[in-house]
Amino acid sequence: MTEERPPTDEDRPALTQKERMAIDRVAMPEQDAAIRAVNFREVNLGLTRQIAMLEAERCLQCPKPYCIGGCPVSVNIPRFLKLLREGDLPAAADSLLDDNALPCVTGRVCPQESQCEGVCLRAKKGNAVAIGHLERFVADWAQAHPDELIHLKPKPTGRTIAIVGSGPAGLTAAGELVKLGHAVTIFEAFHAAGGVLVYGIPEFRLPKDIVQAEVDRLVADGVRIEPNSIIGKTYTLPELRTRFDAVFLAVGAGLPVFMDVPGENLKGVYSANEYLTRVNLMGAWNPGSETPVLHGQRVAVVGGGNVAMDSVRTARRLGADEAMIVYRRGRDELPARAEEVHHAEQEGIRFDLQVAPVEVLGDEKGWVRALRCIRMEPGEPDASGRARPVPIPGSEFEIPCEMVVVAIGTRSNPLLTATAPDLRVSDRGYIEIDETGMTSIDGVFAGGDIVRGAATVILAMGDGKRAAAAIDRYLGGEAPAAADVTVEAASEPA
Amino acid sequence: MHPIVARDQLSPNVTRLVVEAPRIAEIRRPGQFVIVRLGEGAERIPLTIADADPAAGTISLIIQSVGASTMDLVALQPGDAIRDVAGPLGRPTDLIDQGRAVCVGGGVGTAVVYPIAEELHRRGVSVTSVIGGRSREWVILEDELRTAGEVVVCTDDGSYGRHGFVTEALRDLCDAGPIDEVFAVGPVPMMRAVAELTRPYGIRTTASLNAIMVDGTGMCGGCRVSIDGQSRYACVDGPEFDAHAVDFASLADRLTTYRSFEQEALARHEACLIPALADRLGDPPPTTGPVAGSAAR
Repeated sequence: MTEERPPTDEDRPALTQKERMAIDRVAMPEQDAAIRAVNFREVNLGLTRQIAMLEAERCLQCPKPYCIGGCPVSVNIPRFLKLLREGDLPAAADSLLDDNALPCVTGRVCPQESQCEGVCLRAKKGNAVAIGHLERFVADWAQAHPDELIHLKPKPTGRTIAIVGSGPAGLTAAGELVKLGHAVTIFEAFHAAGGVLVYGIPEFRLPKDIVQAEVDRLVADGVRIEPNSIIGKTYTLPELRTRFDAVFLAVGAGLPVFMDVPGENLKGVYSANEYLTRVNLMGAWNPGSETPVLHGQRVAVVGGGNVAMDSVRTARRLGADEAMIVYRRGRDELPARAEEVHHAEQEGIRFDLQVAPVEVLGDEKGWVRALRCIRMEPGEPDASGRARPVPIPGSEFEIPCEMVVVAIGTRSNPLLTATAPDLRVSDRGYIEIDETGMTSIDGVFAGGDIVRGAATVILAMGDGKRAAAAIDRYLGGEAPAAADVTVEAASEPA
Repeated sequence: MHPIVARDQLSPNVTRLVVEAPRIAEIRRPGQFVIVRLGEGAERIPLTIADADPAAGTISLIIQSVGASTMDLVALQPGDAIRDVAGPLGRPTDLIDQGRAVCVGGGVGTAVVYPIAEELHRRGVSVTSVIGGRSREWVILEDELRTAGEVVVCTDDGSYGRHGFVTEALRDLCDAGPIDEVFAVGPVPMMRAVAELTRPYGIRTTASLNAIMVDGTGMCGGCRVSIDGQSRYACVDGPEFDAHAVDFASLADRLTTYRSFEQEALARHEACLIPALADRLGDPPPTTGPVAGSAAR
């Protein structure tokens, strides 16, 4: 009589490429749209271990994987997917964490469709491997099982580095630099670390306890965080340069851009920064919060990017019957991640497309009562190659609303640069860097939105990773030049 | 954490807290403010730095308890602590080096003009301070301001000093002789009245605006004020602006944005705190002051 026992991972025969090709891409389980539109819990529910392992089988383990070049932090995707499909989660987690300091974050907020998954070979014939969902699965497993991960204690180098800003660029650089044995101190202007991950991206897309756990892991690895420290006010950049062996500036883009139309100072007009900060960082989504936020029955959000989607979906969850996107181009040109647009549509968000605001109208008590708009049509291509929207004369109309949230971008914050006259900035106030990431001041590096203008979390993280390598080399270390690796891989045909 | 090292009651609803914040004490300049957050879940509140002692590593914060959050702050006793103090924020006051200045303070706004008057006096400027309150018990910092020059006290009910508004005393000073600059800090109607009074005299006049703000670093744009028709941020471009260019009507209106929220919060708060507070202070319960908005001074 043969003894029955459940099959183990080792027993499973390797699949043929044909069998791999036959597996359909996994769908991320989500909270039902009607239910989630009134709560702040995470929309995506995550994969189970079995489903994640099956999805990992879809990876063809290409000899020349394009996905790595498609990733701004060069995650070795085939390596961690192979370990995942073998069921070796500790090794998969170590592999992922070695490449990416914040995988729980990127697995949730990266625009994978235009990065790793966009260049995945399987996308040419059907659907890409769900790399983002699998990254999230492995990263969440790692967060839940810290004791099963390898913790290498690097030999202290005695070198000190100040990082200004604790957003994605700053945290990533910190993670890389402590791994190399450097002593890292992050200066954060707010009372809590995380930057845009805590003030900007809402709970339903990136739970705050997940960000906090990533920050806690860095602190456990030896990163010091000094909150309430505004560089340019509490300390100046020259002071930091004297106190530390190197400095990395990752302060973000900062100032909100307004529309410059009449009525923008009426009560009920918010910048997306203010609206999201009140709701996320200050916890105003919770009715018991001490920080107030306005609730509109009808909320118009101006803009078409991720921040606009975050704002409009937040307004919906705070009780808006009509939460609307007002965007001057067409649906295909919305700059937001495809998943955010899709989720917003499912949640009943209205899209007023090819429409531009011309005035905010108020009532006799100074509150917003409507957004006056004009219809647009595509005109001649602009510098970006996209058709420049031009107004259709006489097409003005009013969108009745009690709140307007302006999410049309940010510009550079002069707080830091004003106290550092030697720091070279562009005419728009962004910090200029050389090919190594160093600014015009020796030993001072910069990255993220304060260099490139408003971009994505993952691009900022890529900057953080490259800057960390450059700082290590500047301090006499031997970190490989991350910049060269990425550029080379990305230049292959996609 | 920032321990409270001393506390005193300056008027029925104005409290001075001396708080440990060594770095800020060392570098702050007149006109600058901090943002404090009492504890987890608490609101971020902008407060002017009224004074600092770099040797002791402390700053003085003068707080008018106008809402639930400020009541929690003024309930702190020595030995308690404030979790977060960020700063110094805002541009320091653009101070003149000679001549004659008048510093006008209304209510808790007096706490903002005090460091300005002190520094002007130190620079050799001749300073007259005009401070006011509803009645005698609402007048604050008179003794402190006397060390910086002459002080004219005005009370609305005539119970102390001169009977009437600070603007009437200021008019007499304007008529009496040349003034190089007027600094005005107080409720919005007072600052607007001062600006209208000095305009025909052509006297440079500076007001400190208590706009609603969240981060204090220019990131949220909530504190935008209209200066000469241009949007400016009180937190980074100010808080002080040319009073003759300020759109005070817009400022006053924006300060009412969260009024209904504040009243609700206050009602919730009074239900649980006031009896205990009154008990502890042996004073009648604090009343809501004249300055609207969550941006308590």
